[in-house]
Amino acid sequence: MTLTTVEPPTGSIARLPLGTRVSILVRLLAIQGAWNYETMLGNGLGFCLEPALRLLPEGRHSPQFKSALARESRYFNAHPYLAAVAVGALARAELDREPPERIERFRTALCGPLGSVGDRLVWAGWLPFCSLFSLALFGLGAGTLTVVGVFLVLYNAGHFALLVWGLHMGWQHGLRVAAGLANPVLRRGPQEIGRLAALATGVAIPLALGRIIGPARHLIGGVLVAVAVGSFLIVRLQGRIQGWRLSLFVLAVVVLLSVIR
Amino acid sequence: MSVVSLVPLALLGGLLGLDVVSFPQAMISRPLVASTLAGALAGDTKSGLLLGAVLELIALETLPFGASRYPEWGSASVVGGAIFASRTAHVTGALTLGMLAALATTWVGGWTMVKLRRLNARWAAGRREALDAGARGAVVSLQLSGMTADLVRGTLLTAIAYIILSPIATACIRSWTIPPQLSRSIDVAVAASVAGGAAWKLFHSTVGARWFFVGGLAVGLFLLFAR
Repeated sequence: MTLTTVEPPTGSIARLPLGTRVSILVRLLAIQGAWNYETMLGNGLGFCLEPALRLLPEGRHSPQFKSALARESRYFNAHPYLAAVAVGALARAELDREPPERIERFRTALCGPLGSVGDRLVWAGWLPFCSLFSLALFGLGAGTLTVVGVFLVLYNAGHFALLVWGLHMGWQHGLRVAAGLANPVLRRGPQEIGRLAALATGVAIPLALGRIIGPARHLIGGVLVAVAVGSFLIVRLQGRIQGWRLSLFVLAVVVLLSVIR
Repeated sequence: MSVVSLVPLALLGGLLGLDVVSFPQAMISRPLVASTLAGALAGDTKSGLLLGAVLELIALETLPFGASRYPEWGSASVVGGAIFASRTAHVTGALTLGMLAALATTWVGGWTMVKLRRLNARWAAGRREALDAGARGAVVSLQLSGMTADLVRGTLLTAIAYIILSPIATACIRSWTIPPQLSRSIDVAVAASVAGGAAWKLFHSTVGARWFFVGGLAVGLFLLFAR
């Protein structure tokens, strides 16, 4: 690990050493390793920040290091990918010796935005889009390696880009990271990706259905009608029963009927 | 299945179960990937992919939002994929039983994840003093023990589910009476219905998304019937 980028005159570090950044990025992949209902991501956040805290001039056995690590391991919640923004910003704040109470207020304020933006951008946008895009390829007859490879490469390109960008952006802005969160990707991204995912849904469902049905292709008209009715039913039952539970029930009945008959 | 062949399957289920939340969340636990890998282990990758595609349609509904309880697809897709792919030539009912096995396992898997989160909380409470003192060892060991427990959870879940469900699937296939084409049609209709409902839930509030969906549907249906 290189520590040559430490700038002693101002007392703060201009950029995180490469080794520290790599270490933080690897740890970010495990940020939810000790996820629990009490501190949620808190311990994971401390775990990810620990390599940066080692850069404190007093060293890792000092009271400064220990109080910073204790502060950063308390309750925290955010989207696991966008938590990179928090890690970068908090690393900056700790190494810049911001007052502890200011850091704590900042941590609390970050939870909401990083959670909701991440959920909309990744879980409700990017993941379904990648999944449906790959299902469309599957429906078009693509081979196993293509379908699985495209899904993993496409999804993780977004995943890792978000981690690297988040860490960099957080570190650049420190406690003024709110300005960075106004980035167009975060503001308009969920809407744009949502539209693309809706397009992919329309293309993927009939195509995937056509390949899965295989030898029963002549029944496809009836199946499409059943899918339209089934989808409508699931939307109407929203909030009362989830579709996957309903499908578990329907398939269990099918198996029972088939075996008992 | 012998112990020798069960061990790699269980380990795969453990690794993919770990990916769901703990590490690295690279979505190798999505059914499209997990079931394909299980199929490869069982000797029929293409069948694994086929079941993976069916389960992926259903999994679109259950995305890992925050602290909510959601099904654990990693280990479950391994169980379903192995059950389906190990029955060669797609015997009648195998796809239905593979789906059912995966759905049942994913339900139990979701429950085990809640238990794991509570266990993590207990471990964190046990180390509270050290964590409050900023002990590096406590932070790192809590993280590592959580991930190890998740790996063990996924491995055991996969092994136990496969040991229980595989013989049941074999017995059901022997007495299966629904014609193969009807059986396949029901499977695909169920999965696509869940995907359709999931898509509406995800995108109905996005401005203009319904027109993108309609446009995509027109293209999809055209390609379906033109091929």
